[in-house]
Amino acid sequence: MTQASLQPGLLPEREGEVLRVEVWRGGAEGAFQGFEVPRRASQTVLDVVTHIQRFLDPTLAYRFACRVGMCGSCAMTVNGVPRWTCRTHVDKVARDGRLTLAPLSNMPVVRDLVADMREFFDKWARARGQFVPTRTRDEEFARVDPRSAERREADAAIECIGCGVCYAACDVVKWNPEYLGPAALNRAWTLQSDVRDGAHAERLEAVTRDSGCLSCHTHMSCTEFCPKSLSPTRSIAGLKRQGLWALLEGSGAKR
Amino acid sequence: MSAPRTEAFLWVAQRATAAFLAVFVLVHLATIVYAVRGGLTAAEILARTHASPAIPLFYGLFVLAASIHGAIGLRTIAGEWLAWRGRSADAAVALVGLGLLALGLRAVVAVTA
Repeated sequence: MTQASLQPGLLPEREGEVLRVEVWRGGAEGAFQGFEVPRRASQTVLDVVTHIQRFLDPTLAYRFACRVGMCGSCAMTVNGVPRWTCRTHVDKVARDGRLTLAPLSNMPVVRDLVADMREFFDKWARARGQFVPTRTRDEEFARVDPRSAERREADAAIECIGCGVCYAACDVVKWNPEYLGPAALNRAWTLQSDVRDGAHAERLEAVTRDSGCLSCHTHMSCTEFCPKSLSPTRSIAGLKRQGLWALLEGSGAKR
Repeated sequence: MSAPRTEAFLWVAQRATAAFLAVFVLVHLATIVYAVRGGLTAAEILARTHASPAIPLFYGLFVLAASIHGAIGLRTIAGEWLAWRGRSADAAVALVGLGLLALGLRAVVAVTA
């Protein structure tokens, strides 16, 4: 038995089956390095990366936390496609027993599989992604009927885990690095639908600027690849609609 | 970064002109298909284009919509494909738009006046 097969919580290796994995090493300049990893039942891509780091090359840098699809830390480019690796089974994505792993696109590479997400999250702030309360702690709780249209609208986009998959998949981000991107705009839309929020006009102004929601080409890659099955495209369409009404009402984006 | 109001205005203008262009193109094509049944000669075409004041109005608006739509589209392409943004890009696409408008209107005047 290998050391790896004795690890608690790991299902047994599949006899004789080996996965050939090409892993990006280095920063913006670098190269792919090949590894051979034993196949296991129910093996995820994150399991593969963890195996490499623990048993083949401890210098491999990658990022993860929860391992159960909640935290949004472990997204990488798997065979050319951005995915959350902890919930991606090798069986579904390996082609002829091969995997190619790279850091997320549209972000600077820190090292190996770790992408720098600062700009990604800075854009959430630029899109006014913070909730702005309209009540103080001394007032009653706001009562929002879960069946109300506004609440359902906010619900539709609220489960984002900030993994960056949509941002990495977005062509407009690739063409225009200033573009706020699907995740930040999706967050903005959630808050624009939040009846308790008090910064709708300022936020609409922030997201209808150059490189805001109006730059979206509706390619829908964000919706295609979102691991939570959200539709940032729909959220962006909602922001465009609000921007349009604000303009037609003659108040610019000052609504 | 330009003002949100300008961006929203350009966005609406491009979509509105696209909607007009869709109708204009259909009417234009339908008219051609109908009209060539009487023969495709310069005299026949000029007779038709001189026939009604609606013709210069129709094609004048067509040219206006096309030049607005084209200029805004080029602005997006310049920004995304050439990373050319800001005042110089805006001025360049405005010139292209005005050029298209001038050429188009000159053609409209030539066949209708």
